[in-house]
Parts: sequence; structure tokens; C-alpha cells
Amino acid sequence: MITSTCRNLTFETIEPWAGLKRAMELGQAGIIREVTDSGIKGRGGAGFPAGVKWNLCAAAKDPLKYIICNADEGEPGTFKDRVILTDFADLVFEGMIIAAMAIKATEGILYLRGEYTYLREGLEAQLLALRVNKKLGENACGVKGFDFNIKIRMGSGAYVCGEETALIESLEGHRGEPRNRPPYPVNTGFNGHSTAVNNVESLAWISCILSKGSKWFSQHGTEKSTGLKLFSVSGDCDKPGVYELPLGITVAELLVEVGGSNAKAVQIGGASGRCVPAIEFDRKIAYEDIPTGGSVIVFGPGRDMLDVAQNFLEFMVEESCGQCTPCRYGNPTLLEGVQMLREGRCSAGYLKELVSLGETIQIASKCGLGQSSANAFLSIVKHFKEEIMGRAIGDA
Amino acid sequence: MSEKSIFENISRAPTSQRASEIEAGPKGAIGGTVSVTIDGEKMKVPLGTTILEACREMGVHIPTLCHHEDLCIAGVCRMCLVEVEGMRTLQASCAYPITAPISIRTHTAKVRRARRHIIDLMLKYHYGECYACGRNNNCELQSLAKEYGVDYFRFGHPEKPMYEIDRSSHSVVRDMNKCVLCRRCVRTCIDLQEVGVLEAIHRGEKTIISTYLNKPLGKVVCINCGQCINRCPTGALRANDPTDEVWAAIDDPSKHVIIQTAPSPRAGIGECFGLEPGTPMTYQMNTALRRCGFDKVFDTNFTADLTIIEEGSELLIRLYKALVEKDESVALPQFTSCSPGWVKYLEHFYPEMIPNLSTAKSPQQMFGAVIKTYYAKMHNIDPKNIVTVALMPCSAKKFECNRPEMCDSGFKDVDYGLTTRELGKMISEAGIDLPAMPKSDFDDPFGTATGSGVIFGATGGVMESALRTVIELVVGCKVEDLFDHADIMPVRGFDGIRYVELKIDNVGPVPSIVSHLVPNWDWLKGATLKVAVAHGTANAKKVLDDIKAGGKFSECHFIEFMACPGGCLGGGGQPIPTTPEIRAKRAEAIYAEDSACEVRKSHENPAILQIYNEFLMEGPCGHLSHKLLHTSYTARGKYIS
Ligand SMILES: Cc1cc2nc3c(=O)[nH]c(=O)nc-3n(C[C@H](O)[C@H](O)[C@H](O)COP(=O)(O)O)c2cc1C
Ligand code: SF4
Repeated sequence: MITSTCRNLTFETIEPWAGLKRAMELGQAGIIREVTDSGIKGRGGAGFPAGVKWNLCAAAKDPLKYIICNADEGEPGTFKDRVILTDFADLVFEGMIIAAMAIKATEGILYLRGEYTYLREGLEAQLLALRVNKKLGENACGVKGFDFNIKIRMGSGAYVCGEETALIESLEGHRGEPRNRPPYPVNTGFNGHSTAVNNVESLAWISCILSKGSKWFSQHGTEKSTGLKLFSVSGDCDKPGVYELPLGITVAELLVEVGGSNAKAVQIGGASGRCVPAIEFDRKIAYEDIPTGGSVIVFGPGRDMLDVAQNFLEFMVEESCGQCTPCRYGNPTLLEGVQMLREGRCSAGYLKELVSLGETIQIASKCGLGQSSANAFLSIVKHFKEEIMGRAIGDA
Repeated sequence: MSEKSIFENISRAPTSQRASEIEAGPKGAIGGTVSVTIDGEKMKVPLGTTILEACREMGVHIPTLCHHEDLCIAGVCRMCLVEVEGMRTLQASCAYPITAPISIRTHTAKVRRARRHIIDLMLKYHYGECYACGRNNNCELQSLAKEYGVDYFRFGHPEKPMYEIDRSSHSVVRDMNKCVLCRRCVRTCIDLQEVGVLEAIHRGEKTIISTYLNKPLGKVVCINCGQCINRCPTGALRANDPTDEVWAAIDDPSKHVIIQTAPSPRAGIGECFGLEPGTPMTYQMNTALRRCGFDKVFDTNFTADLTIIEEGSELLIRLYKALVEKDESVALPQFTSCSPGWVKYLEHFYPEMIPNLSTAKSPQQMFGAVIKTYYAKMHNIDPKNIVTVALMPCSAKKFECNRPEMCDSGFKDVDYGLTTRELGKMISEAGIDLPAMPKSDFDDPFGTATGSGVIFGATGGVMESALRTVIELVVGCKVEDLFDHADIMPVRGFDGIRYVELKIDNVGPVPSIVSHLVPNWDWLKGATLKVAVAHGTANAKKVLDDIKAGGKFSECHFIEFMACPGGCLGGGGQPIPTTPEIRAKRAEAIYAEDSACEVRKSHENPAILQIYNEFLMEGPCGHLSHKLLHTSYTARGKYIS
């Protein structure tokens, strides 16, 4: 049932610009219908249905609209967007042009992760070629009155800037801090205008959907999580890399595929994801069960789970924008607790307080970063309590 | 337009720190209402109302910290979280506009736990003990801890300070150890004042509020208005407190200690003693000051009247030069100069417009100079033994009295600037129950001030006073003939910017007090006097930009600027908290005092006539006036070394 493995991706088989051609035939409403029918949900992590997002944008009465491609890929353990931008950037640009037709966007922005600066030159060259070929610019793609261009803006290394409203703040020249929502970017986005933010992979798949049809896409995956998805697999496995797999696959099936069957646990969704213990390997990777933006980190039998918890918490402490209280102060408090655990100084009672604090951080933080920052810690405490509590005093 | 909506319109704060306007504009604009269920009770609210507003409307208390009525919505402290049915995460009620029917629970287990955790976390990072803090019993963090029954430090408490206290500014002291990062100061400085000295830097746990390159506050473009102090929920920002020095002077028998009191503190100080905002304490305060040990209690309103005469004369000179002598070098409109926050704002951000600033000193500084010369001579006291203290609603006055040029009497004209809050503390320290004090008057020879001096405390007050005098001097009729009860209503109110035109149909003879300045008024006959009023430097900026662009304000003759929203009554030295409502009540007290004054026009103040007869004998803007009552300014610019 597994369709393909590393470097054997659907994207390689797609006829260039066939999706765009079909999109032009379908027109605005048709494109949105096709995307909605495919059931595709955002591949950036949050899993919002792309068709619904575009519909909201299309409905917004705003003469200026933007389509932003989120290429800030900062989740620890993901590198699938990098692969796509390296080998299939035209699919992404095609997806952005299709998006622009669907929502009537006037400008596209590719927000590129600072660490991917080395990709910029190549991407700019590709964009230039598209302008020369009149796919971009005035009357783009030969459609009269469709003026659309794409420019590249660089991020500068803040994980939180992958969060769409922080990304927009950063584009506007402010500190990268998430906004209050509502209002949502579809209504009040970049410079106050209606904005669709889509992940690199989402846009690439949309080109495929337009080219091969929504039915082709939705035959893969589950009812609530249709389609194929790229996974960035790393950690203690034989064959790390980028995999294309259908959503709904179980953790166990994935482990077989990547050669990690003896794993003790798997972190799904990166630092903001969850740590799945071996007893739960029959669970599905899908929006309705274990959602993910694509990061899969395998932990072999020798891994110290307290190290794992510490590692992810250190990341969150470092990357919190510092705006809201629960995330700014809560995560360092959890991290301090990990240190206490390490030194055998954390009582069962205090651990309970920390778990309770972690649950507050999940529901009280302003943005998705804080809301998911305690996930890894909480799931490790839940599933590996004996391992992490078992430290003798002075065992650090 | 309410004060608040004006500030909202000009918000420069990043959207992450700004109110969530719903797509169709301000709330209620689309019309229609939406139903909300709060803890099981149903009600209807205008579309776009926030959950917090709806809860308040229904009388449900929601704790807040980063929320402030004057400021845009940040949604960062997360104290006001509530549970919204159907949503996984809790929602910040201050930042959630209701656009569809919703059901809210305000005190579920999750909500209570989250709020308690937030307080616990703030306390984990908040260094200091409540009993050793200037904001003891007036601290929002302390109140929240009490409200939520905090009786131990769940996640610990700092044992050592992390940051050095910044005492570099004459006006504002910053102690970041007590900061809870609500960012009200940031929003105040950017939005209300358009100064932008404060901003958050670093990320996560290392986030702090900083100045440019973390330079000391005394070295950056801070205008000392202290609006951030008034909005700080904790003791992280406070005024530079000279009470120890003032007590030392009082305790020194060789010193003759004089206090002058500005109009706004008397309208606010009752709040320090649990009275309703707007309870006037003028005469009880006089008694309390004497009991504290001040040798003389004078009314700054005397020099407010003097300011009107000097500044008004200066305006007449400028107008005469411009209109009659066609002197193109004359800078018009003339700007008022009594708000030291505003003066420093102009020096930093619009130094090229310094020529427009009236050279007249502020009433505080005029008083200092008059006391150490005229009064000292009159009473045969060696000025070096006189200590002058100024009770002001203002933190910028502390900087102003320390300006090196403010020594025209040969001594430091004003020794200490004391805020309303600091005097409240001194009075308490002396064991005096202010509201219970018998009433007593100000001391002579400056005792009888006018209503014009009193209204200097409210935005528009200087303009109204000036107009009362100019109308009578020029037109020769009674102000009452033109405005009922001499209340010049068009310049009153809280709109951020007001513009008024006054046609001068008739002119009278030139009264003797200004007869040395102009031969007659004929040149003003038929002219239209154009004046404006702006308060809050964000509004000042709008007016200045308009002038630079040659807009309608460039045709004004005279503009009153106040750095603080609401004018002095909303100053950075006034009791905390401040809200539009509190400021409105203080304004009522001020206008009531004006209304009750026997003499309400500066030029009719007998003490003023006397000082020009006995001391400033060359008249307004004469030689001695210039030496003692006028000053010069420094083009500071925005760029700091
Ligand atoms: C802390 C944080 C980091 C994020 N980083 C990324 C990212 O690097 N790339 C991305 O596409 N989406 C990221 N997201 C999700 C975006 O906010 C947004 O949901 C997404 O770009 C929407 O695109 P999609 O619907 O196509 O997935 C992040 C979210 C959070 C809360
Ligand atoms: S949850 Fe964290 S990253 Fe998000 S706004 Fe709050 S402090 Fe910033």
C-alpha cells in the first residue's frame, strides 16, 4: 500500500504547468471547488482546509490581496520544504499563480527561511524566467487584467516567524510576534489586506491536484486526511530522508518503511509535536489522530527520554517570542523542572504541578508555538514517567 | 470623538499589539447585535464588542493586567482568559471581538488554574518585596495575587535582582526587576505620545523592555512626560523622588522653604486618600502643607496669570511685527511653552520649529525666579537660604527645574519638583489625614489668583485664559458679552485636537499694561484670530506635520500644546490609576474652582498689577521680564550619541 519511498515522488511525474492550464479553464470558482473537493488540509502543521481558506480570501472585499508562501520551515526535524524548493520550485510557483487566480491576489511573496539563503539565487533565476515567459507580470499567463508577481523575502532565523501572523509582522518590519486572532489573515493580513498564507508543500500539491484531479488526490489517505504527504524522517533509523506516504499510515508501518522497527518512541510533528511510545505505534498519522507538519524523529532503545524532553524544551525556551506570560515564563519553568528531575530533586508532587502548568501553557498561550510547546514534555512525562523519575539524587 | 478613538486611529504599534478591529471597521459600524451567553446568562451586545466589554456590561469581573483603557489591545498577559464553548484553547477576553453568537464561561477550573499559573509565573520573575515598594497597596500584580489567594511562591521567587536600576533621568526611574512585560509603557510611548523610547528586546525569558541600545533613560529622547509611569501596573516605573531632600530642607531651621502648588494636584490628591476622583482639596491641602512644615504656601496660578500676560504680550509683538511691519522672519503660529514634556518633544523631534515656541518660561519656573528675587527682596531674605519646591502633576517638571539655564535669579530658581503622589506620601508620613484638615487660604503676597490660572490644569485652559485676556485687552469689551459666564466652551473638552476661529469685529483703546508694545489696535480690526489646542504629543505631532505641510494649522496664530493626554490633570505625577473617566472628573473639579473664583481673568489679578508696578516696571516683555521670565531652548535632535 505504500506508494513510494525517498526520491521517488509524485512531484517528479507531474507535467509542468498542466495544473495551471486546467486552472485557467476552470476559473476562480472552479479552482476553489477543485481544491475543496480534494479535501487537502494545510501541510504546514495547522492542517486548515486549503479550500476553505481560499474561499474566505476570495470572499473578502479588498482590492489588494496577497498570497504568501510560507517557506520558513523551522520545525526541528523537517526538511521536506527544502527538498521541494530545491527540485520542484516551479510546482510551488505554479501553485502560487493558481492561488492568485483563485483569490484574485495581486502579489505573491515567498517568505524564505534565513538558513535557506543559498537557495535564493536559484529561485530568483526561476522567477526571472517566469517573468520572461510572461507567466508573471502584467497580464500574467496571457490572462487580460491578471497582474501578478512574486517576490522573495528572507526570514532571519526565528522559528516563531513561521507562524503566519508573526510572519506577516516580520514582513511589515516589526518584531516577529504573533497577532491576536481574530481577525485572521484572510481578512486582515499583510499591511491590513486579505492574505492567504500557504505552506510550500500545500502549494505544490495543489498544482498536482489541478493537474491530476481532486479524485486522484482524495483516493489516498483517510476520509478526514486525504492525500499524500511528505515526511522528513530522521533519528535512529536505517534510512532517514524524505518520504512520500499517504496520510492515515500507522506509526508502525512508517517505521518498517524507514528501517526503525526497534524504536522506543517516535516524535511526530517536531518540537511542537508529540512523543509516541511503542505501545501506541498502531496509531495513525493523520489530522484526526496524530497530526504533523511532516517531521518524524525516531528514538532507538538507547535514548534517554529526559534528554529528549530537555532538548525540545530548550528549543522552545530559545524560540518563544516572549510576548505572552505562559509561554515566556512557563517553558523555562518546565525546563528547570527537567533539570530537577535529572538531579533527582523533583518530587512527585512538584512533577504534578509541572504537568498542570504544562496543560495551562497548552491552552493559555497566545499562539501555536506556546500552545504546543509543552506537548513533548507532557507526553514524555506521561509515557516514560518511571524512566525520568528514577534518577537518584546526585545522579546528574 | 472620544479621546480613546483618537488614539486608536493613529496607532503605530505593530498589529500584534493593537486592537483587533473587525473587518467592517469600528464596532457597531455594521450595525446589528449579537447574542452572548456569559456563565449561562444571555444578553445582546453590538457586533464587535469584546468579550471583556460584554462581561463588564453584565457585571462579571474579569481580571486584567496588560489591558488599559487608554491603550490599544495587546492580549499578552493572558490574565483575562475565558473559556469559549467549542474552542480548544482559552481566549483572551480583551482581544476577542464577538462577531457570532458565543457562549462563554468565566471561571471554570481551567480558567482559574490558568490565571493562577500566570500570577505564579509572574511572581517567579518579579524581584522585590511588596512592603519595600513605592507601589505597595497600589499595585495591580499585588492585587491579583490577593484576588487569587496566592500564599506561597509555587514556582519560586527571585532572591537577587537581575537588572541595575536606571536612575539616570531626572524624571523617570526604571527598575526592570519589577517589570511584568505587560508592555503598557511601550504602547503608551509609541501610541499616546509618538515618542517611541521604549520597546521590547530579546526573546523568550530574556525579553525586557529597553531603550535604544539599552542606553540610560536620561540619555535618550525621552520627554519625561511620565505617562508610562501612570500606566505601569507595578513599581517598575516611578518618578525620581526628592522627598528626602525636601524633608531635609524643612528640618533645617536656616532654610526658608516655600512650596508653590499647581492647579492639577489639588484636583487629584484626594485620590491618594481614598476620595473620589475630582474631589477638590485646595484649601485642606494648604493646611496640610503648613503642618508638614512649609514656611509659605503659594499658588502657582499667580505665575500662570503672569505667563498669560508675558506670553500674550509676546504674541501681540509677533503679530504686530508680522502684520504691520511685514517682518517675514517672525515665526507664527506661536506655541505655548508651559508643558516641559512638550518642550522637550519639540526640541528632539522638531528642533527647526523652536522659533515658534514662546520664550516665556512655564509658571513653575517664573515662580521660582520671582521668589528668589522679588519676594526675597520684599521680605529681606537671603535667596541662598530660600528653598523653592514646586508641587506639580508632572514628572517632566523635575527635569525642567534642573535645566542648567533655569538659574536666572542667580540661584537654582526651583530646587525641587514634587509630584502629587510624592506629596500624598509626605502628608501620610506626617500623620496628617488630608480630607479632615480645616481649610486655609494661600499665603500673600501672591494669594489671590484667578480662575484663568486654575484652568491651566486642563487641556485648553491656557488657550481659554489667553483668550479671556486678549479679548478684553484688544476688543475692549467684557468676555462675558461674547461668551456666557466667560466660559469659552469651544476650546474645552477632550478631543485630541481642537481648532477655533474668533473674528475681531471691533477694537478698543490700548490698555496701559501693553501700551509700550503697540500704538493702537487698528491693524487687528476685522482680523480673524485662529487658535488651536492639542494634547498628548501624538496629537501634537499631527498638528506639527500639518504645519510643515502648509495645512490649516500653519495659518494659526497661537497653539496650545500639552504633552499629556487631558493636559496637566492627566500628568505623569498624578495619582495612579488614570483613565479617561478619572481625567474627566478632575477636569470638573478644575472648572468648578474657576467658576467659583471672584477674579477670572489674568489681567485683573491685583497681584499681577502690583508686580508690574513695583518690580517689573518696564512692563510685560520688558528688560527685567526677559531676564527673569523668559528663556531659550536647545535643539536636541533625534540622534543620540
Ligand atoms: C510556531 C509555529 C511555526 C510555524 N512554522 C511554519 C513553517 O515553518 N512553515 C509553514 O508552512 N507553516 C508553519 N506554521 C503554520 C503556519 O502558521 C500556517 O498555519 C501555515 O503556514 C499555513 O499554511 P498551510 O495551511 O498550507 O499549512 C507554524 C506555526 C507555528 C505556530
Ligand atoms: S505563545 Fe510564545 S511564541 Fe506565541 S505569542 Fe506567546 S510567547 Fe510568543
